[in-house]
Amino acid sequence: MLDFRLDEEQQMLNETIARYANERVRKVFRDAEEDGHIPPEVVQAGWEIGMLPTSIPEAYGGFGEYSAVTGAVATEAFAWGDLAVTLRIMVPNLVAVPLMLAGTEEQKEQYLPLFADEQAPAFTAALTEPLVRFNPYKLQTTAVRDGDDYILNGTKTVVPLADEAQMFLVYAAEEGQTQAFLVPAGIEGLQVGSRDKLMGIKALPTFLVTFSDVRVPAANKLGGEGGIDFSKLLTHSRVALAAAAVGVARASYEYAREYAKQRVQFGEPIAHRQSIAFMLAEMATEVDEARLMVWEAAWKLDKGQDAMREAAVLKLHVDRMVLTVADRAVQVLGGYGYIREYPVELWLRNARGFASFDGLAII
Amino acid sequence: MISFELPSFIQNQTQLIEMVAKQAMRPYSRDLDEHEHTRPTTFVSMTWPFTQELVKRTLKGLEETNGSNGHGPKERKGPDFSVLALVTMIEQLSWGDAGQYLCLPHPMLGGAAVDSAGTPEQRLRFLKKFTEGNPKWGAMAITEADAGSDNSSMRTTAVLDEDTNEWILNGEKIFITNGKLALEESDGLCVVWATVDPQAGRAGIKSFVVEGNTPGVSIAKQEHKLGIRASDTVSLHFDNVRIPFDNLLGSAEVQQQTTVKGFKGAMKTFDASRPAVAASAVGIARAALEFTVEKLAEEGIELDYTKPLHELTAVERDLMEMEARYKGAWLLTLRAVAMMAYGESNRLESSMCKFRAGEAVTWITQKAVELLGPTGYSREYLVEKWMRDAKINDIYEGTKQINQLIVARSILGYSRRELK
Repeated sequence: MLDFRLDEEQQMLNETIARYANERVRKVFRDAEEDGHIPPEVVQAGWEIGMLPTSIPEAYGGFGEYSAVTGAVATEAFAWGDLAVTLRIMVPNLVAVPLMLAGTEEQKEQYLPLFADEQAPAFTAALTEPLVRFNPYKLQTTAVRDGDDYILNGTKTVVPLADEAQMFLVYAAEEGQTQAFLVPAGIEGLQVGSRDKLMGIKALPTFLVTFSDVRVPAANKLGGEGGIDFSKLLTHSRVALAAAAVGVARASYEYAREYAKQRVQFGEPIAHRQSIAFMLAEMATEVDEARLMVWEAAWKLDKGQDAMREAAVLKLHVDRMVLTVADRAVQVLGGYGYIREYPVELWLRNARGFASFDGLAII
Repeated sequence: MISFELPSFIQNQTQLIEMVAKQAMRPYSRDLDEHEHTRPTTFVSMTWPFTQELVKRTLKGLEETNGSNGHGPKERKGPDFSVLALVTMIEQLSWGDAGQYLCLPHPMLGGAAVDSAGTPEQRLRFLKKFTEGNPKWGAMAITEADAGSDNSSMRTTAVLDEDTNEWILNGEKIFITNGKLALEESDGLCVVWATVDPQAGRAGIKSFVVEGNTPGVSIAKQEHKLGIRASDTVSLHFDNVRIPFDNLLGSAEVQQQTTVKGFKGAMKTFDASRPAVAASAVGIARAALEFTVEKLAEEGIELDYTKPLHELTAVERDLMEMEARYKGAWLLTLRAVAMMAYGESNRLESSMCKFRAGEAVTWITQKAVELLGPTGYSREYLVEKWMRDAKINDIYEGTKQINQLIVARSILGYSRRELK
């Protein structure tokens, strides 16, 4: 029945992640951004909260039940701490969730138990291509059937942790349809290129990866002969990214709100002025509104309904929302907003990224 | 637990209301808009049996809880979704025609005021008439010529005649939706805000129930408006209007003391009425969006949700953003209402949904007129009317700005003095 309150389990999870974000992530995120490196113990602590293992069913070695709504709640809470750290912790999801949603029984049995471990497996995914006209439904990377194998060709970018990955889930067009293939690292023709230089999320190492006549067995095709419903996976990814965007937006809004209450000009806090207060009211409303839209799409997914349309609308709307809110936060801080001692410029850079982050997170 | 599922009794009513919207509202929309102040008789006679049932359901709930207006599970066995039922109905009826919807024979705003500020006995007494006899209307009179958003500076007075134990009301109220229907054309009611002590400011302000056909009430003016023309908006003149002592809404404490408690109780009306306005806005937004999508599809312009950003045309982007703004406004509205159902305070959330929905429908309908070119601007179609109807949602029950101010104070934890 209509209800917008977290259940007890979600509340606990939310509080746990909020504590982690505040006490661990917020302590290191600026240095991580400047150094391009997240302290491994912070990543490990995030992994140990157990988001992924608790969403893998017991039959595959996990401890719980999959829920996109719970995933959205958790993702927002993580992303409030820092987006790069969130995406870093969620890299294993990029393979585990597609396996859960679209894998064959054999694929699930073979791979899913690896994700319920104390150490996350070094699996990653490659969807994005280095093109202005990148279209996840019409990939340039190709997969061609050859006997019992597939041959992959193409170039991917923003592949997280590709340098240490043992397995890649590579998205490629097979006869015009986007399909996904499990490709082990070190295979002939797979080359991990240079680390990407991005505007934001600099703490997350991502790479250019090329595939030249990479040959994998047909059994490595996600979902077996029939393949996958890619639109469903993209929907899950868009909902996850939108949830992360809400986290970034909320971080920006809250920081600006507290700053505006502290910052005194003309003898009183600037938040006493409508020009500032109304900006904050708009920001608060946009954050809440976007969160409700994320939850609704996630709820539909949990009900087994199609939310492709919701997710497409959500993506367009939330990409704009998070940018606006982060931009306003910089504006509220004025000159200080532009200085790297303060976090809002980082959030503005990260916020813009959502327009090009398709496939970089999934719940 | 997070859920977007509506209770089954609400799902069951949607078909009936959709039929009313399609058959009893849309065919009359244009005519009622062109002939201002004409009564939507088909709509009224079709909805009166249904609204009587709605009020009966509310009364039954009140009887079970001895009239307590708590909507939450503490006072009841479970959450009270009666406001949700009303709000979903308002959304659907406003999809049909927002002007006609406002003529719904129902306690409406007056009912919300009685519910928020009245005692258990008063709730039962005043709502009962909406379950029997001829159609009746409810209204609320708060605004005065010099007291808009600053309603604490109102000048209408209520003086107690101790000999007869009656209140005597004097003054003039403006912008009263359904004032004529409620007091002149039916035995309805109008909740009138007045001060018992003009020196006391907000503390002196109380709300009073004036029932239909009470002597001394006259219609001073009937407004001509940009939109919602099927709905009458009047000025009411109160000339020594005598009403029983017990028509002052609130407890004995509120009745006898000059504290802000009465004012605050009356202001609580808006926590319920603002989501209702937001729902009406959302209904118009949906109408405009659906019509625009339909018309564009006839021209071969159809949205493909798999297109990447760089392939979207400007029109497609607009349509998607319209859809997002519509959806977002509706979800904010549902949240404010759900909080009422679970007995949680929703002051912030009701203002949030109201300003966001008013803003969204204004933008969406203006966009719709734009996207449809000459067709959008033509009075052959209803889009231009919806745009005119929509704008009221940006204004009444508190302008967008006053609601933003409430949101801003709430999120900053500021008083009225700190954030003016």
